[in-house]
Amino acid sequence: MAKKAGGNSVVAVVRDRRDEVLDGWVEGALRGARGRVSEAEVRSELSTLYDALVKGLVGDELPDATAAELDEARALLTELSRTRARAGATPAETAVSVFALKEAALSAVGEQPTAEQYADFLEFSRLVDDLGLVTFQAYAEARESVIASQADELLELSTPVVKLWDGVVAVPLVGTLDSARTQVVMEKLLEALLETESERAIIDITGVPAVDTQVAQHLLKTIVAARLMGADCIISGIRPQIAQTIVGLGIEFGDIVTKAKLSDALKLTLAEAGLDIVPRRGADA
Amino acid sequence: MERVPVLKLGDVLLVSIQFDLEDEVALALQADLADKIVASGARGVLVDISGLEIVDSFIGRVFADIAATASVLDAETVVVGMRPAVAITLVDLGLSLGSVRTALNVEKGLRILRRDLGLRAAEDLDAISSGASAPDATG
Repeated sequence: MAKKAGGNSVVAVVRDRRDEVLDGWVEGALRGARGRVSEAEVRSELSTLYDALVKGLVGDELPDATAAELDEARALLTELSRTRARAGATPAETAVSVFALKEAALSAVGEQPTAEQYADFLEFSRLVDDLGLVTFQAYAEARESVIASQADELLELSTPVVKLWDGVVAVPLVGTLDSARTQVVMEKLLEALLETESERAIIDITGVPAVDTQVAQHLLKTIVAARLMGADCIISGIRPQIAQTIVGLGIEFGDIVTKAKLSDALKLTLAEAGLDIVPRRGADA
Repeated sequence: MERVPVLKLGDVLLVSIQFDLEDEVALALQADLADKIVASGARGVLVDISGLEIVDSFIGRVFADIAATASVLDAETVVVGMRPAVAITLVDLGLSLGSVRTALNVEKGLRILRRDLGLRAAEDLDAISSGASAPDATG
């Protein structure tokens, strides 16, 4: 519903009595910030924001919070949310400091608002609420991007391919295996096979907390791909309870060699490569 | 149409694919190879696919067919140099190359043919051209 912004409406008050409303707002915001930021800082932040907001309130109608007129105000709010979050403020504190504009506007209207002004205030209040939510959303988005980049880093960190011997590489898997991680493991292992010209690979699952049919499926896919390239894989690091789970689930590893320990697997690959490890002459047996 | 060259090295035919195969090129290769195996009496076929970046189900099947054809003609096929992306694609497509042997590169592939089949290949070419028998007979 279109609201006429008459001479004494809340919007007009906000637009025309800048200093008074801004003072109230800064005061309210400082109360919410609990001494985390200085008054000068808050004042400079909010006055920029205030001006951007007023710039969006030119028309007779109260704009929607998503309207293009408020682009600048929204951008400032997003920025505000980020700086506050960096300073350690909770998203609630930031939102409360935005909501303080409502009180400031209402008290600037006067002691006894008319019914029309109240209705008007309700509209304005809704707009401020929406703008407060913008800060919340910005906070959540910033957090989410941090989480996403950490997940990416984790993916990289947790899948090293190490060369154990000439022609033998190993992948010590740590953590839960899902499709995304298996894909990374698979690609890295296959690249390493090509790079190091290794014909044998050991996939060590000591650090994998649980093996289900899906994980087994992922492992099998990796091994089949390695075979297509001309390399053989051994699975090692199968703990007793994992072995029981594998049997319980009826997972078949077929002709793929499985070993209990990484050392057993290495011994086997060396033996297959025709290498014997013998104690040096004269050493204690 | 491009054709994939088939080179004869002793008892082994070497096929080196250095570009992505189109369907008819792959089919032509299959036919050429069968002809060459019969004509040369080769016992081993080495298919180097290190230049191949893209495979689809059709090309995957052609490789399996090539190996099967060679096997019928009593020649062992070794596919070498498969790129990781190709291997992953084949697995994702659920294709296997049947009983085809694989190796990381041409050198290792030749070693498999020599060791397991006693075939004379590239390194024994001198011996072949000079009319001598396989090197194991000399020692």
